[in-house]
Amino acid sequence: MIALAERTRRAWAGVRWYLREVSGEGRWDAYVARCAADGVEPVSRREFERHRDHLREHAAAGRCC
Amino acid sequence: MSTTTSTPPSPPAPRARRSPASIAVWVAVALVGATCWTVLALSRGESVSALWILFAALASYAIAYRFYARFIGRKVLRLDDRRATPAERLENGTDFEVTDRRVLFGHHFAAIAGAGPLVGPVLAAQMGYLPGTVWIIVGVILAGAVQDMVVLFLSMRRDGKSLGQMVREEIGVVGGIAALIAVFAIMIIILAVLSLVVVNALAESPWGVFSIGLTIPIALFMGVYLRYLRPGRVLETTAIGVVLLLLAIIGGGYVESWGLGEALTLDKETLTLMLVGYGFVASILPVWMLLTPRDYLSTFMKVGVIVLLAIGLVLARPVLENEKVTDFATSGEGPVFAGQLFPFLFITIACGALSGFHALISSGTTPKMVAKERQVMMIGYGGMLMESFVAISALIAASVIDPGLYYAMNAPLGATGGTAESAAEFVAGLGFSITPDQLTAAAASVEEELISRTGGAPTLAFGISLIFDEAFGGGLAAFWYHFAIMFEALFILTAVDAGTRVGRFMLQDTVGNVWPKFADTSWKPAAWAASAVVVACWGYMLYVGVTDPLGGINQLFPLFGIANQLLAAIALTLCVTLFLKHGWLRYVWVPAVPLAWDLVVTMTASYQKVFSSNPKIGYFAQADTYRDARDAGEVLAPAADASQMDTVIRNSTTNGVLQAAFALLVIVIVANAVLVWVRAVRAGSLPTTEVPAVPSTIVAPADFVATREEKAELAAWEAERREKAGAEV
Repeated sequence: MIALAERTRRAWAGVRWYLREVSGEGRWDAYVARCAADGVEPVSRREFERHRDHLREHAAAGRCC
Repeated sequence: MSTTTSTPPSPPAPRARRSPASIAVWVAVALVGATCWTVLALSRGESVSALWILFAALASYAIAYRFYARFIGRKVLRLDDRRATPAERLENGTDFEVTDRRVLFGHHFAAIAGAGPLVGPVLAAQMGYLPGTVWIIVGVILAGAVQDMVVLFLSMRRDGKSLGQMVREEIGVVGGIAALIAVFAIMIIILAVLSLVVVNALAESPWGVFSIGLTIPIALFMGVYLRYLRPGRVLETTAIGVVLLLLAIIGGGYVESWGLGEALTLDKETLTLMLVGYGFVASILPVWMLLTPRDYLSTFMKVGVIVLLAIGLVLARPVLENEKVTDFATSGEGPVFAGQLFPFLFITIACGALSGFHALISSGTTPKMVAKERQVMMIGYGGMLMESFVAISALIAASVIDPGLYYAMNAPLGATGGTAESAAEFVAGLGFSITPDQLTAAAASVEEELISRTGGAPTLAFGISLIFDEAFGGGLAAFWYHFAIMFEALFILTAVDAGTRVGRFMLQDTVGNVWPKFADTSWKPAAWAASAVVVACWGYMLYVGVTDPLGGINQLFPLFGIANQLLAAIALTLCVTLFLKHGWLRYVWVPAVPLAWDLVVTMTASYQKVFSSNPKIGYFAQADTYRDARDAGEVLAPAADASQMDTVIRNSTTNGVLQAAFALLVIVIVANAVLVWVRAVRAGSLPTTEVPAVPSTIVAPADFVATREEKAELAAWEAERREKAGAEV
C-alpha cells in the first residue's frame, strides 16, 4: 500500500517535472538555484520573465507544417 | 578545417550482450508486425479492422528504431558521446543550452508536427488505405526519419548552422542562393495551402468561426495574464486557456440560438481577407501577446488530441470502410486530386513520410540544445516516427468514413453541385453509392454542411467524431467534430503566425546583406515592411486558391506537396555531399537511396504538372484549354462565366510557373552538388566545416529510458560534481 502510494507520488512528481520543463516554467527555479549557488541576489520573477520575452521576440521559433 | 583527426581513436562501443528476454521481445514484435502486414495484404473484400494498420505501424516503427536508427547512429554517423555538443561548449542560456533529452524531444516534436500529416493522408485516402499506409511507414523508416536524424547530426557538428548556410558553405554559392530562394518560396506556398485548409473548414460554418475567432481573445488574455498578473506561470495559464477553449467549442453550438448565426456565416473571400489581416497583425505584435500563448495552447491540444485518438482507436476498433486500393490509383481520375498513384500519392503524403520542412527545424534550433551526441537518434529519428504515427491515425480516420460520403465531401463544388441530391448523383457516377438522405443525416449528426467541404480538415474531423463517438459514447458527435476542427485550425494559425515571422526574419536578413539597417529586427519600419511582403505573398496564393473554380485544394495541394519534397531533396543532397566529403562512401546509400527516390518522384511529378498535355494534370495544358475556349467565346464547366474563365487561366499559369521554378532551383542545387561529389570521391575526402572535437565533461543517457549502466555512470558523475562543489565552498 505504502509502496503503491510512493510509486504514484513519484509518477506524479515526474509528470509535474516534465510539464514544468517542457513549458519553460522550470527555468525560473533553475535560475534561482544558480543564483543561490553563485551567491547572487536573483532579479524579480517579473523582470526575469520580461527578459525571456525579449529573447523570444528576436528569435525565429520555427513551426512546421 | 577537417577535424576528424583530432578525435582520439574510439574504443569499440560498449556492446550490451543481448539477453534471451530481449531477443524474445523483439521476435514477438517482429511476429506482430508480420502478422498485421500479412492480414492487410491478403484481405479480400471482408471487413478489415483499423487496428491492423495501427499495429503494423507500431511494430514497424519499433523495429526500425531499434535496428536501423541504431545502425545509422553507431556505424554510419559514429555518434561519439566523448565529444562535447555545441550546447555544452557554447552554453549561453538562450539559444545554446544543454537540455534534458526528453524535454528536447517534446520541443522538437512540437516544432515539426503540424497540420501537414493530418491533411495529406486524408486526401490520399482517395487511392485506398493500403498505398498510403505502405508509403507512410516505409517512407518514414527509410527516408523521412533518416533525413531528420542526419541533418540534425550534421548541423550539430557545425554549431547549429541552418540548412541554407550549410548548403552555401559545403556545396557552393550558386547552390546556396538557390536554396535560400527555394526555402522562402516553399514556405510561402506552405503558408498559403495551410491557410486555405482553414478557410475551407470555416467557410459557411458559424460554429467554427465562433470557436476559432474566440481563440484570439483567449490567447490575448493569456498573454496579458502571463505578462502582468502571474509572470511565468505557464501551466496555470495554459490550464485556464484550455478550459476557455472548450467553453468556446461548446458555446459554438448555441450560436444559432443566440441569433449570431447569420453574422458569423462568412464566405471564403471574407475569411481570406480576415486571415491576411490577422496574419499581418499577429506577426508584428510583440510575441508575448499572441504568439507565445497561442503556441502553449496549440501544443497542448496537439499532444492531447493525438493521445486521445490513439486511445479512441483502440477502444472503438473501427472497421475500414475505404477500399484497399481504389480504381483512381491506376486511372488517375480521382475527384480529390488528379494523377496516378505514381508519383502523386508520394507527393500528396509528404509530412508523415518525408517532409523537407523538418530539415529547417533539425538545423538551427534543435541542434543547439542537444546534450549528448547519441541523443540525436532519439530526437531526430524518434521525433519523426511520432509524426508518422499522427499521419497513420489521420489515414485511419479518413478510411473509416463511408466512401460515398468521403467523395461527396472532398470533390470540388463544381463537381458535386452543392446539394445532397446532386452530390449523391455525382458519387453514383464514380461507382459508389450514398443516398441524399444519408448525406443529410451525416450532416445533421455534426450540425454542419458536408457537401464539398474540401481541404481535408472537415473529413478528418468527421472521421474523428465517428471514432470518438463510438469510443467514448454520449452522442457528442457534433462536439467532437468541432473539437477536431478547432484543434486543426488552432495549429494552422500558430503555423501562420510563426511562419510569417520566420519569413520576415529571412527577408530582413537577406535584404540586410545590401542594406544593413534593414536587418535590425527591432527597427519597426523594416519589420513592418518585411511582414507586409510576406503576408502579401501568401495572401495572394491563398486568394488564388480560394477563387479557383477548379477547387483550390485540388490545384494547390500538389504544388505544396512537391515543394515540401523538393526541400527534402535539398536536405538529402546536402547529406550525400557531406557523407562524400567526410569519406563515408561505404555508407552513402543511407541518404542517397532516399534522395534518388525523392528526385524521381518530385521530378516526375513536376514534369507532369508542367508538361502533361492532360488538362486535369498539366497546369499549362489547363490554361491553354481554357484560353482556347474563352477565345472561342465558350464557358467550360466548372467555370460559370467569362471572368471565371480568366481566373482559371491566370491561376493555372501562376501555378505552372511556380512549379517549374521550384524544380529548376532544385536541379541547380543538385547539379552544383554533383560537381562536389565528383571531387570528393576522387580525392577520397574533402575538408568540411565540421567544428573540432572538444572533450565532453557532462554525462547523460542516450535513449528515452536510461540503461542500468547509464544510471550508474550518471550517479557517479553527479556525486563527483557535488564533491567538487563542496570542496570549493
